[in-house]
Amino acid sequence: MNPLMLTLRALLSHWQRHRVQCFSIFTGLWLATALWTGVQALNTQARSDYARASAVLAGPLQAQLVPREGERFDQALYLQLRQLGWPVAPVLEGRLRFAGEQPVSVRLVGIEPLSLPSTTAVAGVRAADFDLQAFIGTPGQAWVGPDTLRQLGKAVTDQAVSSEGQVLPPFVLKPELAPGVIVVDIGHAQALLQAPGRLSRLLLTGPVEPLPADIAAQLELQPPSDDGGLQRLTESFHLNLTALGLLAFVVGLFIAHAAIGLALEQRRNLIRSLRACGVSLHSLLFGLALELGLFAVLGGLAGVASGYGLAALLLPDFAASLRGLYGAQVGAALHLPAWWWLAGVLVSVLGALLAGVGSVLQAARLPLLALAQPQAWRLAQGRWLRRQRWLAVFLLLVMLGGWQLGQGLVSAFVTVAALLLASALVLPALLDGVLAWAARGRRRPLSQWFIADSRQQLPALSLALMALLLALAASVGVGSMTEGFRKTFVGWLDLRLAADLYVTPRDTAQGEQMYQWLQQQPAAKVVLPGWRVETRLQGWPVQVQGGVDHPAYRSRWPLLEQHAQAWQQLAQGKGVMLSEQLARRLGLGVGDTLALATDGAPPMTVVGVYADYGNPKGHVLVNADWLRKHWPQATLTGLSLDSAPANVPALKAALQQRFALDDSRVVEQSRLKGWSTDVFNRTFAATAALNSLTLGVAGVAMFINLLTLGQSRLGQLAPLWALGVRRRQLVWLSLGQTLMLSSLTVLLAIPVGVLLAWCLVAVVNVQAFGWRLPLYVFPAQLMQLAVLGILTSLLASAWPLWQLARRQPSDLLRQFADEK
Amino acid sequence: MLVVEQLHKSFITPQGPLPVLQGIDLCLARGSSLALMGESGSGKSTLLHLIAGLDRADSGRILIDGEPLDSRSESSLARWRREGIGLVFQQYNLISSLDVGANLAFQARLAGRHDRPWLGYLAARLGLAELLTRYPEQLSGGQQQRVAIGRALAARPAWVLADEPTGSLDEASSDEVLGLFLQLVAEAGSSVLMVTHSQRLAARLAHCCYLQAGRVRDEHGP
Amino acid sequence: MKSSASVLLCLLLCGCDEPAPESFAGLGQQVSGFSQVTRDHPLVFPRDHGAHDGFRIEWWYVTANLKDSQGRDWGAQWTLFRSALRPGAETRDWNSPNLWMGHAALTGPGGHRSGETLARGGVGQAGVVAEPFRAWINDWSLQGHEGIAGLQMKAAGEGFRYDLSLRSDRPLVLHGSQGYSEKSGKGQASYYYSQPFYRVSGEVERDGQCIAVTGQAWLDREWSSQPLAAGQTGWDWFSLHLDSGAKLMLFQVRDTGGLPYRAGTWVSPQGEVVALRGDQIQLEALAWNRQEDGRAVPTRWRVRVVEYGVDVRADAVEPRAWMRTRFAYWEGPVRLQGRVGGRGYLEMTGY
Repeated sequence: MNPLMLTLRALLSHWQRHRVQCFSIFTGLWLATALWTGVQALNTQARSDYARASAVLAGPLQAQLVPREGERFDQALYLQLRQLGWPVAPVLEGRLRFAGEQPVSVRLVGIEPLSLPSTTAVAGVRAADFDLQAFIGTPGQAWVGPDTLRQLGKAVTDQAVSSEGQVLPPFVLKPELAPGVIVVDIGHAQALLQAPGRLSRLLLTGPVEPLPADIAAQLELQPPSDDGGLQRLTESFHLNLTALGLLAFVVGLFIAHAAIGLALEQRRNLIRSLRACGVSLHSLLFGLALELGLFAVLGGLAGVASGYGLAALLLPDFAASLRGLYGAQVGAALHLPAWWWLAGVLVSVLGALLAGVGSVLQAARLPLLALAQPQAWRLAQGRWLRRQRWLAVFLLLVMLGGWQLGQGLVSAFVTVAALLLASALVLPALLDGVLAWAARGRRRPLSQWFIADSRQQLPALSLALMALLLALAASVGVGSMTEGFRKTFVGWLDLRLAADLYVTPRDTAQGEQMYQWLQQQPAAKVVLPGWRVETRLQGWPVQVQGGVDHPAYRSRWPLLEQHAQAWQQLAQGKGVMLSEQLARRLGLGVGDTLALATDGAPPMTVVGVYADYGNPKGHVLVNADWLRKHWPQATLTGLSLDSAPANVPALKAALQQRFALDDSRVVEQSRLKGWSTDVFNRTFAATAALNSLTLGVAGVAMFINLLTLGQSRLGQLAPLWALGVRRRQLVWLSLGQTLMLSSLTVLLAIPVGVLLAWCLVAVVNVQAFGWRLPLYVFPAQLMQLAVLGILTSLLASAWPLWQLARRQPSDLLRQFADEK
Repeated sequence: MLVVEQLHKSFITPQGPLPVLQGIDLCLARGSSLALMGESGSGKSTLLHLIAGLDRADSGRILIDGEPLDSRSESSLARWRREGIGLVFQQYNLISSLDVGANLAFQARLAGRHDRPWLGYLAARLGLAELLTRYPEQLSGGQQQRVAIGRALAARPAWVLADEPTGSLDEASSDEVLGLFLQLVAEAGSSVLMVTHSQRLAARLAHCCYLQAGRVRDEHGP
Repeated sequence: MKSSASVLLCLLLCGCDEPAPESFAGLGQQVSGFSQVTRDHPLVFPRDHGAHDGFRIEWWYVTANLKDSQGRDWGAQWTLFRSALRPGAETRDWNSPNLWMGHAALTGPGGHRSGETLARGGVGQAGVVAEPFRAWINDWSLQGHEGIAGLQMKAAGEGFRYDLSLRSDRPLVLHGSQGYSEKSGKGQASYYYSQPFYRVSGEVERDGQCIAVTGQAWLDREWSSQPLAAGQTGWDWFSLHLDSGAKLMLFQVRDTGGLPYRAGTWVSPQGEVVALRGDQIQLEALAWNRQEDGRAVPTRWRVRVVEYGVDVRADAVEPRAWMRTRFAYWEGPVRLQGRVGGRGYLEMTGY
């Protein structure tokens, strides 16, 4: 056998006697990789789905021409541009509804394959490779992804019928097509969307030149950077997840690091013996590295597999979150590229390196003849802890800097990360300080020992405690934010959805008929028509809603900020109100002016800002008469009506019968609210799940840390036992120590968590979603988390303590055995 | 009076029971001292552990002033260790988290017999007066053993049990420490039972007992 | 007989799952429901300058042999293909059965440039109106004056552009039997007429440099529903302006299973039109040239119609006049050398 194999065998023999340690390292790497790759799997899936969504039309980074007003324009503009030699390709988009038990709404995209550049791919098919005969002929094709097909409950070659009664071309399965999208030829799209001769936008496939003046009045250029709106919109959400994943990864590495360090410590003698027997430093280090690599690969493989499982488990909620928050469609099944698996294992190897390189280097520097110093490792840890204090101070400065000077989401996360890390790093020093203070004036031997021994354990336990602090603070922070959002959101929803019945007319003409009819119905107490125009402001999609002057509006649109006579100004067509997101995006506040109309009407004053949670588009509220005057294309998109609860079913039935409306067009308040809260609940489900998993990992970290300590603890406890302290008492004392340390940690975690919650609602949310929430602190929730944290650590210490309680005197005796 | 009668003890090993003590009889009067000698594995440490109440015998009796030790409960045994004896080990077994002063006073406080002047005297005699605020790992082997001796004597126990108390020290310091140990044992008024390898050290005690293969082979007085 | 690209367009319609384009298998494809070409169908103008709904394929094809002030040879090609996905009349929306494809090229000193543009019928992005005559696709156009006696021809592509005025007062030339032109011995045929007498003046632009040119041009008009028989793999087609003032159109359709099918039309300087039989025509490839995609194409030919005293060597002005279109082929001007010299255009497909 060659020396390397011999060395490796000698090194590996250690794990046979220290299985728990072996398990710790493996678990650390496994958990770290699992959570990280799980999160990455979700992100990868979502991003590839966005890419598919935007790749529905052409390659990335495509400039496009969009209407200056409204959502659609006459295709004559397209022909005009074409005859001027502009390389443009027309697209018509719209929503198509399908009735059923679960009404489904999909994005219908009409494309014109001949005008696309031949290299452009649509749903993975190059424009040059289109089967034009089948696609644009009769009956044509409706391209659809597997998710959408499942959602619609249809099979390939089926022809679906929309709730408007339009028959779609037969379905053709295109696995690369984004979920929630149906692609048809533009001719079919114009028929299905009842938009003959209308287009939504033009893809610009060549170089960008100034538009001719008459066209520039109607179309505007959206530069390529504006594409990938979903990507940008959802970036914050993914950053959130990535941050959580990273947190879990770090916690996992803590575990591995602690176990690897301890293993090296226990093998000092073995390493020294090997060197003394003539094993070269080179092959020793190689052996150690190989061993580390083995752990990394095994942990990585297990981690990647569990990560996949985790992601598959979370995907439905995750997809619902993205749909609810951003209208982004993510498939219900994971399709991960090969590199994802490889990257997962690679991350594990990197993590193992990070966790173990210090130990290997230490082994390299180990002097051949030095005396064994069991305390050396702890002393070194102590030195590191002192250094940590300075690092923590530095991080606190970074946090203050990020908060005061930073702009954008990344700096917000830097602030949060610095806060969390600084608090984690300062924890051991803080605990040590508290214990030192508590030790003063203790004369009773056991209580003196209790504190002194706790202090001595600190360096070994600090990693686990830091992990607990991080997980707990994150739980408190995210929990406060989520609960706060829930409270705000539900309150806002109650006000906003105050009407009893919501009606969506088929078109404006029908809407006006309904309005007339409803006003004659005594059962309908208040009828509010909603006029709407979809447009863009500074490139952002915006809904402009026209409301009538009615007291009901004032109670339903609580304003975050307002002008003294906000509603009067709005009614007179002099004022405009903006959603919070839009106001932030445009950098406008109450008192600023906004030129909304393009027909030369004077700019209006911003008189109010209101919350509009969960709307990915900007929202503007103006007077309905003003809107109809300046935007002739405004449509009557909705009617809301109040009625006595008893009259609601009859009114609904009458409406449905008279205007031939299906269930999706007449919706009761309770159902609408149900949908909204459902979206919300699922929105944070994935975050909450990851969060509790992180807490779980911290628990495992504690557990493993205490378990590895258990062995060496025996050496500390045996003399006490020999001096006449009963075993049971020792167990209680040990439990008390764990309880004290974890309680102190929990105590620190709560203010850190509240601070984190503040950062999340006041900094991160504003950057990510565009709204700022009031900070709520829920004492009951804090208590619950505190108890959970303490329970986690107690549970973690239960096994090692139970083992201690079960120890035979002979195990303790072995501590005094002569051949040590 | 410490009396040991027909003491048997085996350890369970994977290869079957390993008899360590096979019928030991001995006695030690209060104020006297006994050296337990024998080769490695002859059972001397086991005998000491049984007397200290750290372990239980399979059969036979240990009587302390006529009272049997074996029938006592675990907490009673703990009290015996706490109040009745002082233990000195080869490996010192100091409490690493406590400083020298706290280590010295630990058992006395535990036994409720904290005697500050006596402790001060002990520290001075053992040459530890300057080292009271140090931690065990900052001391040399000899110094650590002195702390262990001080701790064992701090409560002036009736019996001091020592397992190779100077086994880790060189010959010169070993003699010096043992001399000090025996002197202080005498001043404390304790009886001593000491396991040792060394004929030379055994000779300084009143009695000597030689164990071989779990039996008393030879016993002789001064 | 410039159906090459149009056939390619048919292939394009059938998608990539069909046999490889090199096989030109779409030629023999029988599509039911389309109108058929018949022998005794008189052509009527200006109606027949326009598009023929009901026929599957159709093209408007202009080639111009030009010279600049320094006496250098230039060639310009302007082509509009119509291809119907299904029988039926033109509509006013995207559901039109027609697809349109434009090819344009400019050949001159220093190389050959080509461009391609596609459009759907119905919405007005491309089309042909008979009276007043106008053919267009996106920004390319062929605008008529007094029927098609005058044509303004415009196209632009990557690195080239041209704007040429064409004029001819001579009558149209009907090929075959009064415009009924056979393409094989098995009954495949098309309606085919030409205007080979255009005089040209105008401007060509390459890489931003404008050059004034003059010369002569040839318009081909052809429509059919099934132009070729199965087994025919490609063809070589010549339109020649002889220095004597005579015009000569010749083609051979190569067949995997035997001798090529040859036919042609002789137009004397005085305007007499004679249809040529295959046995009157001799075509011989003399030299081959490898194109940018690696295919070897004959770019020097010996062309003989002994009965009319024609024995010329035709050399490509630019041997690499490769059309970089979705389905590539060779098309470019040729110089004639022999007892009577001249200029002309050569198209070769299926290599």
